[in-house]
Amino acid sequence: MTPRAVRLALVIGAVLLLEALSRLGAIDRFAMLPPSEIVWHLGRILLSAQYWPAIAKTLGNVASACAAAVVAGVVLGALIHRWRGLRETLDPLFAAYYAIPVYAFYPLFIVVFGLGDLPQVLIGFMLGLVAVIVNTLNGLDRVPRVLTKTARIHRLNALSAAIRISLPCAAPYIFTGIKLAVAYSFIGVIGAELIMARTGLGYEIGYAYNNFDNTVMYPLIVLVLAIAASVNAVFHRWEKKMLARRRA
Amino acid sequence: MAHLELRGVTRVFPATATTAAVEALGPIDLAIERGEFFALVGPSGCGKSTLLEIIAGLIGPTAGAVTLEGRTIAGEVPDGVGIVFQEDASFPWLTVRDNIAFGLRQAAGTAAETRARVDHALMLMGLADFAGAYPVQLSGGMRQRVCIARTLVQRPRLILLDEPFGALDQQTRFLMGDELIRLWRDTTATIVLITHSLDEAAMLADRVGVLSARPGRLLDVIRTPWSEQRGSGIIADPRFGAVTARLWQLLREESLRAMAAGGARP
Repeated sequence: MTPRAVRLALVIGAVLLLEALSRLGAIDRFAMLPPSEIVWHLGRILLSAQYWPAIAKTLGNVASACAAAVVAGVVLGALIHRWRGLRETLDPLFAAYYAIPVYAFYPLFIVVFGLGDLPQVLIGFMLGLVAVIVNTLNGLDRVPRVLTKTARIHRLNALSAAIRISLPCAAPYIFTGIKLAVAYSFIGVIGAELIMARTGLGYEIGYAYNNFDNTVMYPLIVLVLAIAASVNAVFHRWEKKMLARRRA
Repeated sequence: MAHLELRGVTRVFPATATTAAVEALGPIDLAIERGEFFALVGPSGCGKSTLLEIIAGLIGPTAGAVTLEGRTIAGEVPDGVGIVFQEDASFPWLTVRDNIAFGLRQAAGTAAETRARVDHALMLMGLADFAGAYPVQLSGGMRQRVCIARTLVQRPRLILLDEPFGALDQQTRFLMGDELIRLWRDTTATIVLITHSLDEAAMLADRVGVLSARPGRLLDVIRTPWSEQRGSGIIADPRFGAVTARLWQLLREESLRAMAAGGARP
């Protein structure tokens, strides 16, 4: 049995177990719906179009946070890599960064930026940014010296050398940063919507939770899981394709 | 006027917090004519690669000067210089064709010209059937041919080769040597080859410079008796043995000195 088949069997087994426990009454319907009902309600929700604005808003904010984190992270990573002193100063801060509860800044962001989308995007961006910077630095550290000499032989300036040699060479590591940025953007945006927002998937999940509405809360959670898993699968496939070109 | 001229070239690596200053090279005086194939041999750590990097303009000399076509090389790689390193310098994310075309994107020229030059380089290096392949799909020798093609496609007037066949087996080295001689005849470029292999130097070069143990100084320059039409077949020529024997005679003591000193590169 392949690892993939084992993974699939585990997921299917867990879903079937939940279904059985729910149907047999071992799990209270008030706590959780049977998976088949969750899927049925999810279909109903998607067809009704009632939550499309919330889904679109959340996905738009996740995409904005992620894109900003990737662009800023790669640019900052490349700049920091060039200045050894700056790197030595910032490295300990990067190492400690994820010990900081970014959500603690959320009230401050709301005060500064208001109750719109920006604070949520900012939380997602802040969570993803350092992952991209750290992985960009990691990749640039591994660019073989012979390639940096090759850039000089071709008389490339610093920007051309970065765009044409260093960053493509570091791409597998940068890609890891991008995957993390996607995950962190989902966590940041949906988490922020849960805390304090007036729309979005996180808000709708929180609203349903507060109103004991399992027929909305669980389907929306499954929807978030499905979207995140799908995005991750696309990136995984893309990464495999890229690595296959580089490794024997 | 010599095509490439070195006058009193010296290189000292300054002391760091953990190491003492290292006198790596020189002083070296040398003149290489246009279209000449010149090889440099010397014991490990004698500064051969440092000298090549100075000639390429990748690093500067501590004292002395290098002039190419009468102009002093200062601080940057001059126009018309190509270099092939011992390490694999192919770009793994590009196909063979794109690797070779890499250098031409900087140069002005139409897409049709670029394509024609890349096609010619692919054919010249026997890579035409692998144009769409990625370096990972090629052997070490073929990857090195990609790097040589990437250098040749720019039509450099001076080609610097830093042990380009160092990672290859002896048979492949001879075959690559034959190809290199053929390319040299076709391009009429001046070639400076750094090598550990006395056979390679004796077979390929018009003249072979022998460097001493560190700090590398030019002990002697030996002229080989071969015509331009030479190839690996000359290893059967009795004069080939005489050239390599002379090189070894010069190098033996130096190699022992380098071994005694550790032979490490700075």
